[in-house]
Amino acid sequence: MLEIKDLHAYYGRSHILQGVNLNVKEGEIVSLLGRNGVGRSTTCMTIMGLVQPHGSILYKGQQIAGRKPHDIARKGIGFVPEDRWIFPGLTVLQNLQLGMKSSKQSGRWRIEDVFSIFPRLGERSNVHGGLISGGEKQMLTICRTLMGDPDFIMIDEPTEGLAPMMVEQVGRLIEEIARRGISVLLVEQKLSIALKISQRLYIMGHGHIVYEGTPADIKKDQAVRKEWLEV
Amino acid sequence: MLEYLLFSVLNSLVLGMLLFMLSSGLTLIFSMMGVLNFAHASFYMLGAYFGYQITQAVGFWPALVIAPLLVGVIGALVERYGLRTVHKYGHVAELLFTVGLAFIIEEGVNLIWGRNAMTYPVPQSLDFPLFTLFSTEFSTYRMFMLLISVAIFIGLYMVLTRTRIGLIIQAALTHPQGVSALGHNVPMVFMMVFGGGSALAGVAGVIGGIFLITEPAMAATLGPIVFVVIVVGGMGSLTGAFVASLLLAAIQTFAVGLEYSLTDLFALVGIHGQVSGLLEDLGRIQLSHTGPILPYLFMVLMLMFRPKGLMGKRES
Repeated sequence: MLEIKDLHAYYGRSHILQGVNLNVKEGEIVSLLGRNGVGRSTTCMTIMGLVQPHGSILYKGQQIAGRKPHDIARKGIGFVPEDRWIFPGLTVLQNLQLGMKSSKQSGRWRIEDVFSIFPRLGERSNVHGGLISGGEKQMLTICRTLMGDPDFIMIDEPTEGLAPMMVEQVGRLIEEIARRGISVLLVEQKLSIALKISQRLYIMGHGHIVYEGTPADIKKDQAVRKEWLEV
Repeated sequence: MLEYLLFSVLNSLVLGMLLFMLSSGLTLIFSMMGVLNFAHASFYMLGAYFGYQITQAVGFWPALVIAPLLVGVIGALVERYGLRTVHKYGHVAELLFTVGLAFIIEEGVNLIWGRNAMTYPVPQSLDFPLFTLFSTEFSTYRMFMLLISVAIFIGLYMVLTRTRIGLIIQAALTHPQGVSALGHNVPMVFMMVFGGGSALAGVAGVIGGIFLITEPAMAATLGPIVFVVIVVGGMGSLTGAFVASLLLAAIQTFAVGLEYSLTDLFALVGIHGQVSGLLEDLGRIQLSHTGPILPYLFMVLMLMFRPKGLMGKRES
């Protein structure tokens, strides 16, 4: 579904991505792990066209490197950013409506689905996005992206700053997303959730992939965990 | 006194809504693109000249529609082929681009229409007093300006709050990257907002060119006031621009009719000092003469004590 080869990206003169290679197959949950500042979020931003890519990004066999973000989104890629980008002046419902690529879109996700999975969002549907809690914002930003009916979704640090109960809810949502046939690239710092729900994992260090394996592989490999993940 | 109050309020509304038509476009463009468009008042001037020219050919009513559309198209082209190209060099380059554009438009107007003011009269169908109260007449044209401005304000409000494109515009004010990542063509939205804002300035030009004056200096006369409006209202706040437009128009309009000086004010509270020289001259200055500087004084005070403006969210 997604195949990245020798991907480089720069912020000014800083060389952030230094030859990233990774792939995600259909229906797979793949986690991208690593310490802060190694380029995980930049990888997502570059795939999404928000940072200028240098290298190859094939999506469903089509080259998408260099395309505009809205064009990439319309090809079926969804992105849940770490900063959430909730529109504060719009209500929860309006935030969700903006997730749809057109007003008449019908896909795998409907607003009623979202409200049944997260009743709290339904209760607060008329509250402005700027006034809801951090956990609600996280749910909203994931659900808003789902409203665009992506086939592949990148979720950047969805559990950051959330209470343990919310972390579990996010985990269940990601599994539900995969059950509906959507491939997931999950960017995480928390190894526990990544081990629990992913089929494969990549670890990034110094702007490129330094390890690839399954959750079982990484559980066994304490040296890798110590060198690239533990703080 | 009642006559003065009533007509000052009505005239404030007329001028305030005209200012809002200009400042709404400017503040929307600033919010979305971070560009302070110094050529915005030049689009107002283009609206006035196009309105004048089209009125000569086919009459005022077609001009009221065609001229703003033309200005809107020019605005959209400026964004698409000018600002978007300059954007990669940063905001200073964008700002200098708009300053240059303002000069180009002004000189272009000079070349085509000359330096003299145009004879751009009130259309006959609106050239009669609507009512006479006490001894003062209120013209139909002023009421027409007010109605057009209110209609545009309501239209703008409905578009921004009730339509999908309005929601996209509102969302792009805070997170343009987030909007494009959801599959919406943000550059296209920027172009539409720039074109729409320019068209609004064009409408203000068509009707304001008759009300004020149609001459090459009209952009330079009104432009600074529009900037004062968006600074006082709060950069990027549409509601702030609305409130500030009415407030600054009221300050200017009311000041014009008040023939009081500092000496009169002191006399009112029983202070009758004897001063001479510069102080005496300062004491004699009447409030009506200070009208043009009051908005700028208000802006300076606002920047000193509340830099984010009346309703803005930015501190800088």
